[in-house]
Amino acid sequence: MADMSLSKHPMPEQDVEKRIHNFDEVALGYDAETAMAEAKRCLNCANPLCRTGCPVSVRIPEFIAKVAEGDFDAAYEILTSTNTLPAVCGRVCPQEKQCESKCIRGKKGESVGIGRLERFVADYHIAKNEASSYDLPALNGHKVAVVGSGPSGLTCAGDLRKMGYDVTIFEAFHKSGGVLVYGIPQFRLPKEIVQIEINNLVSMGVKIVNNAIIGKSESVDELFEDGFEAVYIASGAGLPQFLHIPGENLMGVYSANEILTRTNLMKAYRDDYDTPLKKFHNVAVVGAGNVAMDAARVAKRLGDGDVYICYRRGRDELPARKEEVEHAEEEGIEFRLLNNPVAVVGDETGKVIGIELQKMELGEPDERGRRKPVPVPDSNWVLPCDAVIIAIGTSPNPLIRSTTPGLNITPKGAIETSEEGKTSREGVFCGGDAATGSATVILAMGAGKTAAKSIDEYIRSK
Amino acid sequence: MSYRVVTKRFLNEANTICLFEIEAPLIARHAKAGQFVIFRLDEQGERVPVSVAGYDREKGTVTVMVQAAGRTTKMLHTVEEGDVISDIVGPLGRATEMEGLKKVCVVGGGVGCAIAYPIAKEMHELGIEVTFIGGFRSADIVILKDELKEASDKLIICTDDGTYGVKGFTTNALQAEIDANINEGKPQFDRVIAIGPDIMMKFLADVTRPYGIKTIISLDPIMVDGTGMCGGCRVIVGGETKFACVDGPDFDAHQVDFDSLIKRAAFYKDEQDRDAQHICRMTGGKRSNG
Repeated sequence: MADMSLSKHPMPEQDVEKRIHNFDEVALGYDAETAMAEAKRCLNCANPLCRTGCPVSVRIPEFIAKVAEGDFDAAYEILTSTNTLPAVCGRVCPQEKQCESKCIRGKKGESVGIGRLERFVADYHIAKNEASSYDLPALNGHKVAVVGSGPSGLTCAGDLRKMGYDVTIFEAFHKSGGVLVYGIPQFRLPKEIVQIEINNLVSMGVKIVNNAIIGKSESVDELFEDGFEAVYIASGAGLPQFLHIPGENLMGVYSANEILTRTNLMKAYRDDYDTPLKKFHNVAVVGAGNVAMDAARVAKRLGDGDVYICYRRGRDELPARKEEVEHAEEEGIEFRLLNNPVAVVGDETGKVIGIELQKMELGEPDERGRRKPVPVPDSNWVLPCDAVIIAIGTSPNPLIRSTTPGLNITPKGAIETSEEGKTSREGVFCGGDAATGSATVILAMGAGKTAAKSIDEYIRSK
Repeated sequence: MSYRVVTKRFLNEANTICLFEIEAPLIARHAKAGQFVIFRLDEQGERVPVSVAGYDREKGTVTVMVQAAGRTTKMLHTVEEGDVISDIVGPLGRATEMEGLKKVCVVGGGVGCAIAYPIAKEMHELGIEVTFIGGFRSADIVILKDELKEASDKLIICTDDGTYGVKGFTTNALQAEIDANINEGKPQFDRVIAIGPDIMMKFLADVTRPYGIKTIISLDPIMVDGTGMCGGCRVIVGGETKFACVDGPDFDAHQVDFDSLIKRAAFYKDEQDRDAQHICRMTGGKRSNG
């Protein structure tokens, strides 16, 4: 008989007062007992809708049933049969918009804590510190290049290796993992976890070449010359968007990418690293997605003052994961909703001293159903701050499209792809943010899976 | 993968600028004059951009010439031949445009001469008439005397204090060359390329502006990744925000907002000064963990 309690078992978390002064992980994870109890809330539906909400079709009720039985190894095997990065997904997927949004238990009370259970199973496996044993086929003699070692590239590479392909990932940064290492902060996704997932791939025989910027160090055409039969472009959406408002180039205005890269990849928060970062006091973050929440929480930990989220829409329109918003609020991030930045204000030396905001009110819903913010006349005011972080999204990086002839590009600068991840050029596939613009880790992973299948079909049919 | 230093050589008496030839086959295969690379010494190191000073496609090496300024560049100067550095990536940025040029004045200020040198050399090899003006504070920091002579049709070295070459600034020398072209009825420069301290490039732009001589400068603002990701290297050119790493590093000097550029470049000055005082005197910056 299922446990019919209406709420998820609470996630143990690091104490707020402590965590705003460190970069250790905030959510601590279920223990075995809690995981088994939570798993018993699953009704094991005959027609599991949760699976339809998952971009990589994790066999959710099956793995949860094994957790309920206490057979965590079996649960891990089921989980990893479709998901290469469960420890990552369990932490960063927007489950409330995906699998958990479809859960029948969510009709009355809270859904099953699918993400928390996924994380538990992955962490259980990591803690055992056992080499993963895969039944890997021998290499089939066909070489595939993957551009970018973010979630999409890693997933595609893993799936292709499992099919027998000889896969090489080319990564621009000195460290592999893409957005998982430069973007998502340590307190949300420990880099050690990412490293374990990457080591797993390497132990499967996937090769990774770091410091290789495809489009600069080597072109896509040269990869073909070097004997690769297909190329999967998963170079992400690295280019930060700015607001194009006065004062945006003053000293103290950063892209979220810059702050996050300096902190997460380059470890500016640690004394033993050389990366410089200005000491923050009061910080205004513009935007309200996951990246904005990450930037705000990083700024809170690095600084000694107040951190604000400035967003032109209202609370119901906040695009970030619910958990990120809750964590940000708990940590004292102040939300200045319905406030649209119109200028950054500087002193005579060119340093930021504030951000000018215009108050907004919600008007009619737009075509997507979101109520459109409308400016309130004569409502401008200045929020004093010494740093402004712009987190309003990113666009695909132009390095590949500008150096690869024959690729069709969308008006927004993304590489045009079919549903199967094919581009306009034979043998070139693309997915993740490079094809869609900034989206989520799990969608990028889903695209990586789809592309792996397409690449397999393509090479077989050659 | 790690990257081995095959040659190390100080380029001037004062040992302020040092040449490093580093094994990096991917970079060597594609590098062009005007591009840059980013290096990182070790796990704790910063990512530091530096211009490509040369490359050997056969040997698979890239050469950089680096002035010891902040912590990382001082530490780089302690790296010896045979040592490895943990990362070098590139080539980044766009190569310097040379097509269709006939007569060019290349101006380098201090370590800027190291960046200007490969550009002058390639132009000279392409048959473009090159006048090279190199400016230094004093004789003890002059670099590449012989190389610059070979890479140009006319070489003028000036020092602020007159201890080597002509006494004066590069702006004076450039003005004199432009005047000479006019007075002697010779063709005027169709391009000036200026690389050096921001303030020098600003004044050089003022020299060429009245004559309408297109002037290109190479910028090296603060950056992290060098691929357009961080946006730290924003510069205002012609009223628009550009990223020096992907749109540059070369820009039209008459369009660049120098005031914003100079202010932004000084953003981390306090941290750098403080940091520079904390380099270990016993090890010269080498870390105890190797």
